[in-house]
Amino acid sequence: MIDNHILAPVFVHLFAAIVQLIFWRKTITQRFISVGGSLIGLLVAMRLFSKVHQEGILTMNASDWDAPFGIVFVADLLSVTLVVLTSIAAFAVSIFSSVGLSRQRMLYGYFPIFHFLIMGLHGAFLTGDIFNLYVYFEVIIISSFVLMTLGGRKAQLEGAVKYMAMNILASTFFLTGIGILYGITGTLNMADLSFKIKDVQNQTLVGITSCFFIIGFGIKSAVFPLYYWLPSSYHTPPSAVAATFGGLLTKVGIYAMLRVFSLIFIPDDFICTLLMVLAVLTILTGAFGALIKTNIRRLFSYLIVCHIGFMMGGIAMFSKIALMGAVFYLIHDIMVKTNMFLIAGVIRQLRGTMDMEKLGGLYKEYPKISLLIALVLFSLVGIPPLSGFWPKIFLFQEAFTQHQYFFVGVLIFGSFITLFVIAKMWSKVFWKDVPENVEIEDKFASMELYRKIMMVLPVGILAAATLYIGLNAESIVKISEQIATQLIDTRPYVEAVLGN
Amino acid sequence: MKSAILQTASRYLLPILLLFSFFLLLRGHYYPGGGFVGGLVASIAFVLHSFAHGTENTMKILRYKPLSLIPIGLGISALSVVAPMIAGLPPMTGLWFEEPIPVIGMIGSALFFDIGVYLVVIGVVLTILFTISLND
Repeated sequence: MIDNHILAPVFVHLFAAIVQLIFWRKTITQRFISVGGSLIGLLVAMRLFSKVHQEGILTMNASDWDAPFGIVFVADLLSVTLVVLTSIAAFAVSIFSSVGLSRQRMLYGYFPIFHFLIMGLHGAFLTGDIFNLYVYFEVIIISSFVLMTLGGRKAQLEGAVKYMAMNILASTFFLTGIGILYGITGTLNMADLSFKIKDVQNQTLVGITSCFFIIGFGIKSAVFPLYYWLPSSYHTPPSAVAATFGGLLTKVGIYAMLRVFSLIFIPDDFICTLLMVLAVLTILTGAFGALIKTNIRRLFSYLIVCHIGFMMGGIAMFSKIALMGAVFYLIHDIMVKTNMFLIAGVIRQLRGTMDMEKLGGLYKEYPKISLLIALVLFSLVGIPPLSGFWPKIFLFQEAFTQHQYFFVGVLIFGSFITLFVIAKMWSKVFWKDVPENVEIEDKFASMELYRKIMMVLPVGILAAATLYIGLNAESIVKISEQIATQLIDTRPYVEAVLGN
Repeated sequence: MKSAILQTASRYLLPILLLFSFFLLLRGHYYPGGGFVGGLVASIAFVLHSFAHGTENTMKILRYKPLSLIPIGLGISALSVVAPMIAGLPPMTGLWFEEPIPVIGMIGSALFFDIGVYLVVIGVVLTILFTISLND
């Protein structure tokens, strides 16, 4: 069905950014516009979600050019679910950044760039054209370069160089893949590609092209062996920025992989095995990396890598139940990972450091905040009935059905290491007494009340969302099941775009 | 740079180049040209002027900071993108006036998109170049 308003979430953030540019250097006005814009964006996204949920896939032909000739935007259930999650995360981060960021960074355009980034994310989820997807990827990485270097500290620049080099490499692979795809099929529309690709004589070339996409999206979503840019760059920018990156950017890679490998390339045995091997190695390296880190944000960065492997494994098994698990994990992961980095930011305000060896005694001083954080940590680990637990059931179930016992083992190992490092972190940061001869630099205690609220509220919002996902798992499972069905059987998608 | 020839020439070139950039902007819908090239030519006009007369004097001609052109241009472009939605059409659809306007020709929402691009390009190029040249 055609609906001309599906790009509304993109436009909300675009106009928020433009209005903020008009108020250049007026940081207080920008803060209000940012929070207000994100709230409007969230409402618009929820409206879009309920519409897609009731009426099925919506499409929009940009400039009124019919598909497959023009650029088409498609809102299916996977897209709108991610748009809603991104909006929730953006809302929380924009509240957090209005108090958790130095004025210096705001003066140089933090808020407009943040909204351009969110605009790019929404666009990437909604587009139905593979070259347009690339363009939105570029919007995302250019905004993220700026966010990462804003402030210009030496460590930040060092992290940004690694980040930029790897992401440009990823884009190059992605673009090369698109070029070959266009060369052999003559179309860029993903729905059109999905059946033109079957008529290509040279199926070997198609297989090789799909490897370009695996490498491109693999780098972006920090999959083994090209994940190392993530842990070496995500601990450098301010926590609000790291939360956006950690929660959302790697997940765009997973989204693109889900989309491309369900719609265009149907994974054959070779691709499935390749993805499975990558998933296993990603989980293992992420877990081992997390074990030895003492800086909280570095630890979280490795956990991101580790958990990307869970979703990759779901894609690799490529069946309805496995994809349900992957999609559910994606939903859970966006909420939790964003929150983890916000928590790291709160801890930094409370103690002035993020090194676990120098931290301690938080539970004694701030029991309520600690309990809120504990809730999020439990969700991450996957204590039933919280959100991290449910997707793993589906992954286990499918891995047993397909006799992937090694993956089951690795999945258990990854979950166990997650539990171990989180327990270690909890005992070191919250239970242990403050180490001797460490000076505490508590900025939080001296803040005004509204600042304290603004700092903890986003953690609360995301924790509530996580709790909702965990306790209301039945409806999330239903949505994941519908998404997985749409991913396996792409006919409704193709029909919505191209007609019959 | 003190050169009588350059100073005199740039005084005459500024309006001519600006006029040329407008010409490029307007013909851009069907022929080579458009907002991006037009904007570059226009900003070159100002850059040439700043070479001859110094950046401070060029800033005086401009009156406003070039930075403020960026949100204005982006706003015009973005509005021209969403304007068709009010008429119930998909975003970015070209809306055209019925009758052509003398000299300019047909006017449609695509022209406003190009004008937005034109302003953004001028804003960005001049902001970058003036920031560099004022620092030394």
